[in-house]
Amino acid sequence: MSAALRLKLENIVKEYPGCRANDGIDLTVESGEIHALLGENGAGKSTLMKVIYGVVQPDEGRMLWNGHPVKVDSPARARAMGIGMVFQHFSLFETLTVAENIALGLPTAEARDRRELDQRIREVSERYGMALDPRRYVSTLSVGERQRVEIIRCLIQETTLLILDEPTSVLTPQEVTDLFATLRKLAKEGCSILFISHKLEEVRSLCHNATVLRQGRVSGDCRPKDVSAADIARLMVGDDTPISTRVPAAEPGDVLLEVRDLSWKSSDPFGTSLKDVSVTLNQGEIVGIAGVAGNGQDELLKALSGEIRMDRGDMDLGGLGIGALSPDQRRKLGVAIVPEERLGRGAVPGMSLAENALLTASGQGLVDRGMIRFGRVRDFSRAVIRRFDVRCNGEDSTARSLSGGNLQKYIIGREALQNPRLLVASHPTWGVDVGSAVAIHEALVKLRDEGASILLISEDLDELYQLCSRIGALCDGRLSPLAPTSELTIEQLGQWMAGEFDSAEATHAAA
Amino acid sequence: MELLINVLAATVVAGTPLLLAALGELICERSGVLNLGQEGMMLMGAVAGFVATLTSGSLVVGVAAAILAGIAMSLLFAFMAVTLAANQYAAGLALTIFGIGLSAFVGAGFVGESIDGFSRVAIPLLSDIPLIGRVLFDQDPLVYMSLVAFVAVWVFLRHTRGGLLLRAVGEDPEAANANGLKVLVVRYLAVAFGGGMAGLAGAYLSLAYTPMWTENMTAGRGWIALALVVFATWRPERVVLGAYLFGAASILHLVLQGLGWNISTELLAMLPYVVTILMLVLLSFNPARTRLNTPLSLGQPYRPGR
Repeated sequence: MSAALRLKLENIVKEYPGCRANDGIDLTVESGEIHALLGENGAGKSTLMKVIYGVVQPDEGRMLWNGHPVKVDSPARARAMGIGMVFQHFSLFETLTVAENIALGLPTAEARDRRELDQRIREVSERYGMALDPRRYVSTLSVGERQRVEIIRCLIQETTLLILDEPTSVLTPQEVTDLFATLRKLAKEGCSILFISHKLEEVRSLCHNATVLRQGRVSGDCRPKDVSAADIARLMVGDDTPISTRVPAAEPGDVLLEVRDLSWKSSDPFGTSLKDVSVTLNQGEIVGIAGVAGNGQDELLKALSGEIRMDRGDMDLGGLGIGALSPDQRRKLGVAIVPEERLGRGAVPGMSLAENALLTASGQGLVDRGMIRFGRVRDFSRAVIRRFDVRCNGEDSTARSLSGGNLQKYIIGREALQNPRLLVASHPTWGVDVGSAVAIHEALVKLRDEGASILLISEDLDELYQLCSRIGALCDGRLSPLAPTSELTIEQLGQWMAGEFDSAEATHAAA
Repeated sequence: MELLINVLAATVVAGTPLLLAALGELICERSGVLNLGQEGMMLMGAVAGFVATLTSGSLVVGVAAAILAGIAMSLLFAFMAVTLAANQYAAGLALTIFGIGLSAFVGAGFVGESIDGFSRVAIPLLSDIPLIGRVLFDQDPLVYMSLVAFVAVWVFLRHTRGGLLLRAVGEDPEAANANGLKVLVVRYLAVAFGGGMAGLAGAYLSLAYTPMWTENMTAGRGWIALALVVFATWRPERVVLGAYLFGAASILHLVLQGLGWNISTELLAMLPYVVTILMLVLLSFNPARTRLNTPLSLGQPYRPGR
């Protein structure tokens, strides 16, 4: 209709063995429009992006670019047309400088004069309010800054359609505000933006239009500002799935875990060291640790599980010092761990679910004088599958064959059935579909109500606010004060995530 | 003074084969490919250079043959390790074993033959500089080639787009591919360069250092070159340092023996290896700098498109 139509997809079909990832998708993006692409994991969002960016070829359908039919057979072709993409996992080289990274994506002629390139990078970064020094090494940049490198890399190539894949999942709330200001400015200048997300409030505040995908089809189009987040969520998950849990207030009991001045120095120069982390956990409460990835979350989890031995500090579980104990000894005392990576750390991909149960639950009478009691292992595994509604082909299916959400339910269930006193869970619902996320949240709350203490490490602030009675944030290995959730504004938490807190105050508040 | 100059000049000569091989392997490893076939490629270069010189009467033909032999060997390795994405360690070890055997077979009829090797050519003006002139610029042409190669590698890595591509591929081939770089082409070129340099290093042994062919005449220098690259933390300037340090220590052991020191020759023979490795271990102590220069994907086969 209008001359300003930038991208139009008609009836895109892409079929993988056993799955129709895109099943007749139509999509239009106008120039200067910020268009949201919404949907759960597995709804077909990433396949559709790959089609647009030329990474995969559609089986059917056609694509119109500025009104003309085109065939995008490679990312290089897409870039030449003016399509830029920022992947969720950045394709940056840590040992190169910002300018060198950007030069790699440019035609040889444009990248030759390094000084001129530095100048161009500075211009673009100032113009869009994304401060960035072209001479710095990427390894020294924060995640937010790395994302700027990716975006500037697109902008410097005169991109007219910018695709962003879940760009806010790695940012602090303040960084999100800055990013949105940049995107709005870009859109005003006529650049179209395809914004992929599952955070509904963000979509409502930023995007002009939204297309919602479910199971490979368009389940609806809407103007996000005119409809409620609940309406959009309904379009995403369908009618029969509960969207969220109601969490009754916690009734904390006595102190269970007390960590004082935990310090640990990373031997990896690009790793994060823990600095004087203090935290107390009561029985029957969930405490949340927010923070941008890579600020010490993984190290904290490992220090609590016993995978790394802290250099300094105290760690008491129910009055007993556990700082010097091995992971196995801690497990026997009732410490359960749900690590971030499901495959590889939470479960062995190539082993069956039953064998994976044995890995952490061997203390539940599954082993007798060194011999495995397979009958009991199977019973235990079946109980987890039944109680936590894990969709799989029985306890003999391999961990790898399960979807992310189902495997996570299995892992949480495996720990929950051992009646832990302390559960440390890292990003338990990351990359999990809404239905499974609700089930996982319910399992955590149930465990809490049975008197367990839970430390929940997560980047999903909605999740933290929903489940936790107290929240703090990790930044560069230091822990902010822990504030009661009801008194903690999201702005305050954002500042903590950016490191704006006084450590001494944090220590006192926790002591 | 005269003794010092002689010792230093001999140091450069002894360090040159290592320098050549290590510079080649450095480029190869920077692309993420570990080629343990150095010893085999050097031996093939040595025997090819010697035989070609003997039959043609031309040292230039000999050097060319040595380089080509090294490249041919490395392409064999590249086909296994890059195209077929085989285990790089296994493929490299196989190449060394193959090279030792093949070079002995090819050279069997030439043991005991002799040729006129490279002689020293003083460079006008430069060789008149006190000390340095005699040490660096009154040498044979292959030494000059090694110096040129060092400067070229240094500039290439630091100041050219090609060097940037190489470092990018070596750090993260997946991301390089996502950026539209041709990972396999870059790796092939890097491996071939490494092969050519190893061949040249072999030629240095059989055409300049000791102009003759004996079986297994590299005597482990390929392995030392490999160790040099790692301990030099993949930086060319440190490779030079390490190569000459090794050269110095091996000359020192001859000098000490000549002076009649009463130390067992076996212990003295260990000296070059021990000194070089200790020195470079101490130098590579700064983990942050080391990490910046380490090719992270080293040793990992890359298969494009999952």
